[in-house]
Amino acid sequence: MAQDDTHQQHPLAIYFWIWGLLFVLSTFSYLVDIMGFEGYVRWGLILLFMFLKAGFIIAVFMHMMWERMALIYAIIGPPIVLLVLIGLMAVEGNYTVLTRLNFFGADTSEFAEHH
Amino acid sequence: MAYDATATGPGHDPGLRGIATDWGGDRQAFHVPWGKAMMWIFLLSDTFIFSCFLTGYMNVRASTRVPWPNPSEVFALSFGGEPIPLILIAIMTFILITSSGTMAMAVNMGYRGDRAKTAALMLITAAFGAMFVGMQAFEWTKLIIDEGVRPWSNPMGAPQFGSVFFMITGFHGAHVTLGVIYLTTVAMKVLRGDYEKRGYEIVEITGLYWHFVDLVWVFIFAFFYLW
Repeated sequence: MAQDDTHQQHPLAIYFWIWGLLFVLSTFSYLVDIMGFEGYVRWGLILLFMFLKAGFIIAVFMHMMWERMALIYAIIGPPIVLLVLIGLMAVEGNYTVLTRLNFFGADTSEFAEHH
Repeated sequence: MAYDATATGPGHDPGLRGIATDWGGDRQAFHVPWGKAMMWIFLLSDTFIFSCFLTGYMNVRASTRVPWPNPSEVFALSFGGEPIPLILIAIMTFILITSSGTMAMAVNMGYRGDRAKTAALMLITAAFGAMFVGMQAFEWTKLIIDEGVRPWSNPMGAPQFGSVFFMITGFHGAHVTLGVIYLTTVAMKVLRGDYEKRGYEIVEITGLYWHFVDLVWVFIFAFFYLW
């Protein structure tokens, strides 16, 4: 009856595959640091491996890909508004650092002495 | 027609129950056990908390004039020879992924009704979690005692580094610690046979919490340690 709907029973093989994949992706993201990538290549690779890992954990380990759309949208939808917060804070941070450089200058040696 | 607050239309329940039935409209939105829906909604709220922390971190890192300490060097560890960058953090990441795998196995064994294997796998998961917290305690000790990192200052650069580090990893570590306690409690109840009649959804719900802790670490690893 409703058993099939609520029971998340899947073949073990898929968990082993995802498990292995998460190890590989983690190794890759660690290698981004070891290989010393810089700038946009570094940030791009970090984000790529991060989103892949997060996606696999949510979709398979947390069984989201087998849930109904009603639950998927209710949980995945709301965090999208966070992009607005992130955008606003990025702009604000940029403004703050420019203001600080304007008023205090680039000399930060005062911070090296206060411990 | 004026609105009458005391109206008792057909099927109106008094008090709090009335609120629930009016909003629910006699319909069930999520066709999953209620515990699972509630766990997902809790995790959603937790997502907002961690996102606020990470966004705050982004803001202070973007707004400081002082160079941000290089995490690759700060979290390097030497085993006799040259310091290996981020090695402890990498090991912690692999430990958490391993524990996520054993948790997924536990959920599977639970639905098969294999009590002994379910409890054993959950306890293994908890053990990995405890290992993670232990390594984090080591990392904190090293940073506080040896490197002199404080929430208000540090010798490596921007003073905000310490407060961000302690707040974010501390809050995540608290989640792992709670998860270890939660897992151990449920594992003991599984072993005792408490869920033989009620079903093993509880193992899946506990698993959701544990995978979420792993998920948060994926973002902390990317943004705090690698960026």
